[in-house]
Amino acid sequence: MNVLAVLEQRDGALRKVSHEVLAAARRLADASGGSVHALVLAAGDVAGLDQLGRFGADVVKVATHDAFVLGSPDAATAAAAQPGYGAVLLAATAQGRDLAPRIAARLGAPVATDVTELAVEGGKVVITRPVYAGRALQRATLSGPVAVISVRPNTFAPVESGKAGAREDVTVPAFTPRVTVKALKKPDAAKLDVSEASVVVSGGRGLKEPQHFALVEDLAAAFGNAAVGASRAVVDAGWRDHGEQVGQTGKTVSPQLYIAIGISGAIQHLAGMRTAKTIVAINRDKDAPIFKVADYGVVGDLFEIVPRLTEEVRKLKANA
Amino acid sequence: MRPPEGFPAGLIQRGAEPKVKIAVCLKRVPDTTSKIVIAADRASIDEAGLKFVPNPYDEFALEAAIALKEKAGAGETVVVALGGDSVQETLRQGLAMGIDRAVHLQSAGSPDALEVAKVLAAELKEGGYDLILFGKMAVDDYNHAAGPMVAELLGLPCVTAAVKLEVAGGALEAEREVEGGVEVLAASLPAVVTCDKGLNNPRLPALKGIMAAKKKPLDVKPVTLGAAQFSVTGLELPAERKAGRIVGEGPDAVAELVSLLRNEAKVI
Repeated sequence: MNVLAVLEQRDGALRKVSHEVLAAARRLADASGGSVHALVLAAGDVAGLDQLGRFGADVVKVATHDAFVLGSPDAATAAAAQPGYGAVLLAATAQGRDLAPRIAARLGAPVATDVTELAVEGGKVVITRPVYAGRALQRATLSGPVAVISVRPNTFAPVESGKAGAREDVTVPAFTPRVTVKALKKPDAAKLDVSEASVVVSGGRGLKEPQHFALVEDLAAAFGNAAVGASRAVVDAGWRDHGEQVGQTGKTVSPQLYIAIGISGAIQHLAGMRTAKTIVAINRDKDAPIFKVADYGVVGDLFEIVPRLTEEVRKLKANA
Repeated sequence: MRPPEGFPAGLIQRGAEPKVKIAVCLKRVPDTTSKIVIAADRASIDEAGLKFVPNPYDEFALEAAIALKEKAGAGETVVVALGGDSVQETLRQGLAMGIDRAVHLQSAGSPDALEVAKVLAAELKEGGYDLILFGKMAVDDYNHAAGPMVAELLGLPCVTAAVKLEVAGGALEAEREVEGGVEVLAASLPAVVTCDKGLNNPRLPALKGIMAAKKKPLDVKPVTLGAAQFSVTGLELPAERKAGRIVGEGPDAVAELVSLLRNEAKVI
């Protein structure tokens, strides 16, 4: 089957998840003897298009439209809901979760959200995805001519091959602009989202005061590629933005490294981070549930431990 | 204001009268703290002993609907749910919060979000709603699909995962969190909005509301869903994480921790 991979860019820079979506698309195409078409929704030049072949795109379709300066779900749906593909893949990001159901409804297709494994069996797409906030794994078969799938960020590692993708400029089909994106507030391209970052440093109530989150931010900064996360308790208390919340009513993260600082590990929190590759917990209470899922735990006063850890990480990074 | 194509004309024109008509689609889900036990069919959960609650994100939608009607001063709020007879209990919880009436779409349900959306869209299409609200996702199947699918089927504007929503003069302005910022979106009514945490603080039903809910209208409509193109073939518990270890106590354990992260886990 041919697979359409809908990529994400902002301000002309491809987002990291784009290469992950291509890796997942490649898997379906290779299993069924098809090709991968990457779709880039561009407002102007996008950097790295010539590299997309190397990351798995046989064809790079570039749809350029002014509506994509700030983004337009209606234009994106029109561009992506193209017939003739066996699967349409997106990232399970704010954009992908918004677009996938729209595209599926327009194509009359089933949708699978937040997929963590996929394959082709008997000509059909079979997927695995976490349900019940990660407390169970669902396997499902998507039948019908096309399957629409969003893949969880940080799950499909980018795969590089030696190929070159052929660029093809395409026009956005006519669409009705029903929703207008008027602005992007607090834009911070440098700030990594917890759901995308390879290292997440999270803080909880053990920090005692909102200003003590500086300890968490300093450690994240020492890593360089880390995002700051927060427990539900501190978000509900108004210390941190909801966008940073990890867990049941927040975000689900699968980073390489997750560091939980002063977080006891309520079931809702564990649901959001249990698929991290390596988990470190720093907590005063040696019986805290977080230590049951942590690969490495340090018991004690976080106000003494975290600054030391920050210093060590900084030293390592400086020597790297 | 011109209704979008494909939407019956005349539904949203109510002269100068400040009235709103809002629908909320509600799902009954297992309580988020409940322990999940896989049923004997190894494709569903064992519901025995589970506590069921309104989907937490749908509570933000219920609150938004009630608050918007209060602000407008007049109008009607309707809560719609699909499922077996047990969803009537969940619908009553919406009525107890302050929703005016309920519609129970009687069906065993479907794992295919599109088939569910089609039935919801058919119910909502002729309702003359200014706003159709959903939670941004259901915490059981983890789909984020029903709202945008219903919008697409009805040809309506759709804003997903709203953390801020203002409605005035036949239009809405909303904000939603995206990676790298906060989007500000605008659309004309009627529209579909899915609600995220942060939008509001859902009220708890007062005793008076709970008593009143028993007398509020609840229509039962049997519905038939189309064949599912999404079939669940298995459900299993995730692999337990391998037991970790306590590296040590206090700041003196940091050197050992960093060494393990670097040499054993290879994540630094």
